Amino acid sequence: MSKKRMVNATINGREQTLLCDNRMSLLDALRDAAGLTGTKEGCLTGDCGACSVVMNGKLVDSCLVMAAEAEGAAITTVEGLAIGSDLHALQQAFLAEAALQCGVCTPGFLVASKALLDRNPDPTEHEIRYWLAGNLCRCTGYQKILEAVQSAAAQLRDNPR
Amino acid sequence: MLPAQFEYHAPESLGDAIALLKQHGDEAKVLSGGHSLVPLMKLRFAAPAHIVDINGIPGLDYLKEENGVLKIGALVREADLETSDVVASKFPLILDTAKQIADPQVRNRATIAGNLAHGDPANDHPATMLALGAEVVIEGSGGERVLPVSELFVSTLTTALASDEIIKEVRVPVPPGKSGGAYLKIERRVGDFAIVAVAAQVTLDESGNIASAGIGLTNVAPVPVKATDAEASLAGKAPDEAALEEAGRLAAESCDPTTDNRAPAEYKRAMVKELTIRALRRAVERAQGGK
Amino acid sequence: MSEITSESLGGIGQSVKRKEDLRFILGKGSYVEDFYLPGMVYGCVVRSPFAHAKINGIDSSEALKVPGVMAVITAKELEGANLSWMPTLAGDTQAVLADKKVHFQSQEVAFVIGETQYAAADGAEAVEVDYEELPVVVDPFKALDPGAPLLRDDKEGQKDNHIFNWQAGDKEATEKAFQNAEVTVSQSTHYQRCHPAPMETCGCVADVNPGTGRTTIYITSQAPHAHRTVLALVSPLKEHTTRLVSPDLGGGFGNKVPVYPGYILATVASLTLGLPVKWIETRSENIQSTGFARDYHTTMELAATKDGKITALRVKTLADHGAFNAQANPMKWPAGLFSICTGSYDIPNAHVEVDAVYTNKAPGGVAYRCSFRVTEASYAIERAVDLLAGELKMDPVQLRKKNFIQPDQFPYTSVTGWEYDSGDYEKAMQVALDLVGYEDLRKEQAEKRAKGELMGIGISSFTEIAGAGPRKDFDILGLSMNDGAEIRVHPTGTVTARFGVKSQGQGHETTFAQILAEELGLPEADILVEEGDTDTAPYGLGTYGSRSTPVAGGAAVLAARKVREKGMKIAAHLLEVSEADIEWKNYQFQVKGAPAKAKTMAEVAFAAYTNAPPGEEVGLEATYYYDPPNFTFPFGTYICVLDIDNKTGEFKIRRFVAVDDCGTIINPMILEGQIHGGLTEGLAIATMQEIRFDDQGNCLNGSFMDYLLPTAVEVPNWDLDRTVTPSPHHPIGAKGVGESSNVGSPAAIVNAFVDALSHLGVTNIEMPVTPWKIWQLLHEKGVA
Repeated sequence: MSKKRMVNATINGREQTLLCDNRMSLLDALRDAAGLTGTKEGCLTGDCGACSVVMNGKLVDSCLVMAAEAEGAAITTVEGLAIGSDLHALQQAFLAEAALQCGVCTPGFLVASKALLDRNPDPTEHEIRYWLAGNLCRCTGYQKILEAVQSAAAQLRDNPR
Repeated sequence: MLPAQFEYHAPESLGDAIALLKQHGDEAKVLSGGHSLVPLMKLRFAAPAHIVDINGIPGLDYLKEENGVLKIGALVREADLETSDVVASKFPLILDTAKQIADPQVRNRATIAGNLAHGDPANDHPATMLALGAEVVIEGSGGERVLPVSELFVSTLTTALASDEIIKEVRVPVPPGKSGGAYLKIERRVGDFAIVAVAAQVTLDESGNIASAGIGLTNVAPVPVKATDAEASLAGKAPDEAALEEAGRLAAESCDPTTDNRAPAEYKRAMVKELTIRALRRAVERAQGGK
Repeated sequence: MSEITSESLGGIGQSVKRKEDLRFILGKGSYVEDFYLPGMVYGCVVRSPFAHAKINGIDSSEALKVPGVMAVITAKELEGANLSWMPTLAGDTQAVLADKKVHFQSQEVAFVIGETQYAAADGAEAVEVDYEELPVVVDPFKALDPGAPLLRDDKEGQKDNHIFNWQAGDKEATEKAFQNAEVTVSQSTHYQRCHPAPMETCGCVADVNPGTGRTTIYITSQAPHAHRTVLALVSPLKEHTTRLVSPDLGGGFGNKVPVYPGYILATVASLTLGLPVKWIETRSENIQSTGFARDYHTTMELAATKDGKITALRVKTLADHGAFNAQANPMKWPAGLFSICTGSYDIPNAHVEVDAVYTNKAPGGVAYRCSFRVTEASYAIERAVDLLAGELKMDPVQLRKKNFIQPDQFPYTSVTGWEYDSGDYEKAMQVALDLVGYEDLRKEQAEKRAKGELMGIGISSFTEIAGAGPRKDFDILGLSMNDGAEIRVHPTGTVTARFGVKSQGQGHETTFAQILAEELGLPEADILVEEGDTDTAPYGLGTYGSRSTPVAGGAAVLAARKVREKGMKIAAHLLEVSEADIEWKNYQFQVKGAPAKAKTMAEVAFAAYTNAPPGEEVGLEATYYYDPPNFTFPFGTYICVLDIDNKTGEFKIRRFVAVDDCGTIINPMILEGQIHGGLTEGLAIATMQEIRFDDQGNCLNGSFMDYLLPTAVEVPNWDLDRTVTPSPHHPIGAKGVGESSNVGSPAAIVNAFVDALSHLGVTNIEMPVTPWKIWQLLHEKGVA
């Protein structure tokens, strides 16, 4: 049988022990073992960013991180952005600006945008575009996503969380 | 697709990692950034029976200047280069390069050592490290050795590393006073491998002439190219358009591009010339004090 | 009582926030891949590495030994149930699993079911197939050579690789016009094979439940009812006990219209094992085996007077359909709506001819926002018009204006038989020209040219055709392309409405609620829109070809008006007047001449269940299946401005102005997003996408490493504006707009590239236009 391993990680602030197939990517571990299906598979090869999560404070493609590598790590997924029913400013902005259509790329964009604003609260349009170069979207043409990120950034600068 | 079965090892010291590599030979692969290896495994183009994950080994993530040398530990990520003051101030060529590799997600995991060890002429740091005259510190079961990067690349995807050796550190000499570098890349789309890229590093003497130049070429030959003829042609010359033009011409002659999914060979060769000229021009500007 | 307005209701024209977004931003969407059923197992397809090869044998014995593998299905197992081949939406047949030979690289050869996706993948690797390679046909022109290998030797009566010849217009009159023409131009172009690659790949979770005797399939289908009917036609499943659920879909763009072998295989596996089976394809499988788009080799010719009046259009196309004819076109229209290629112009003679051929490549052809081959048609005419402008040394704006169908000519019947409903082409063009500052740009271009700098301005003034379609002529596999709306108003004044279309991101939960809010006088927030569950939704042909607003939107309005009709009777009863004294005004039922005496729809709804008029049934609901009288004809003008590095060929799109006219706009904010998305797809096609094969039929770019999608870095700021010319026949004047931006943009971009180099004598560049192609031209002309 396929080898299994236990991976201990703190996911969205909660300590969890996940039973993983040895070969599992962090993405599969989050979806299949932790039941957090918000993070998506889009391409298998780390080209689309739909699987973006924050691991130990860094934005990564979870499809290219083996679950085993996440042992002891702190992970944030899209499910960890809202505090209870309190949406993150980015989530509110995406909603207000209609920055999504089919929604598959959206978790990745939210996580990636939050990682940007956490380190650079006042990014230029150029900086936002290059920061999001690892996240692909087919529906929106990116424009409303950019506007939403800018709007959220302004909101957060005025009202830090 | 999903990877084939493998045994996963997470050694806690470099010695343990090397012992595992020695034990399993060609059946083992080092996992550091993993962003070259894991896609290959998922597409089942690679199926190593043993994965040796070195990410948990302490003390390999240093990035520091010491005795006139920039020392980049095995676990330094591309993103670390982007936020380093010493890289920004003394190695604009390295900063340029790091910023043009893939995308932010990949840069948070991909390592410089891995970028060299993969032996892929399409990777960006080989050309840059060739231009900067860097060396790699290799550790294996036979001990430690130091190798100039110019001796690292043997053939496509094959380096001078034995199967039980790991690049422990990349060492880049700090360029003297009036130095500057630049990395220019033409790509099909942001984040892709280069159609052509050129790394140029120059040092000017007191009279403003080129004292020395380093030129590395990405993805235009089976291995990364150090354009030695082009480099030599610049020594002692004033950095005028004629000199740059000649260096560009020689660089274009020193490459051996193929026609592929990215572009025809003829275009690549022409772009080696054009990008060499432009990269040198920018390197000279930076050496003269511009940004 | 406070006034009810369109704004207060969230009705038509309001930029209401999308209802569906909350679950997506929380990561709580339910896509097919998110369904986990108890006991669920996993399927993995074994695919052919060869493009054309005999299968001498398949050995599953090693695969069955792999731990966790539960079963292996090959054509042999399917033959008994007559399932190894299935009908395609185009009326051809396609192998579910290859039996005697494989026809394209990546074709399905076996299906392995495993307890985990890992076991299934390991099992798939272990299936041994004995292939004997056959000569490969990759070039569609060579496919018609006498003596070319016969690809469909499985089809009785098939003597060669030709699939069909289709024509429209008047061949002789067009021939005559060309012979007598003062000027003619001709261009051959390849609208390259590309792929829509939605962010979610295709897949399903099939649950043929042995206990309940019911089948539930969660499936990535843009047309779940049609898929259910097809399944019932080919398998033992019956429609009344088979439920297809298209849950949240992660983009479609036509990729999720065909019935793929994986769906059948997962269903058969579930039937065989008595367990739910999940099959989700990888991105590589998606790009290499599911419905591609375009691949039209077209020669377009225009005949004109020397002052630029077009007298004839001739278009001849060789269509590469791949291994099977699996394109999703209305049955009687094998080249779709391609004959819209007279575009926005009043052309007195036209002849359009399409020959389709088989090749050893994946099947498909109709996808990627093509509006049924309208992308190909629009590209052909908009490039041809620029070609003519170049030949006549005329400004492409002037040439277009000279030939536009004029507003007073509508409804306009084209010589290829389309009755355009409404249009005002010059008005839209002028808005675009003003927005982009056309005159100044031409001046700037002249100045730059003098200095050897390259700058291009490209225009596309497209008219496209949406809303399939009138059932007299439009069906898919015989199923009429009409759609239903079912509305139920509850006693407490909220609404459940269900439709036979299926959003893959278009925002139907919001836009259809807005239409109903406007028609029913109830707040959009109180209207729940449901789609995608065949157990509950009224029959429909799904969402593609921009048909939702024209067809299902029409059904929504007419069903709502049926509700209002009954509401009138109830209101009259409540207000104790005769029905003739009631009018629907200010979003309520008012007594004529005494507006203070009124009942809201909410009040009427409650009465429907508590105080229905004598003789009337209780309740307040209606169903309507809409047969549109005609298509709709959205249009617009796009202008692209770009700058080119004259040494490297690299370019930057400086500005892109898009003026669209889709008639009545339901939600401007949603509209903008759709246009941005389509423009980005057009940019992708024009500058970076192509599915390429070598001469052995090996696909050269089957993953996102080499099949490229634009990122936020490549796209310019999209500058949008609009005109509004309602459709006279649509119940609310709406035309639909989903695909216009992909229809119109590639020509605008390519016209800009050609324009940038036209002073060097360049008249064409093939898509995708890449820096190296530009450089090659500059090099040839001695500039680089």
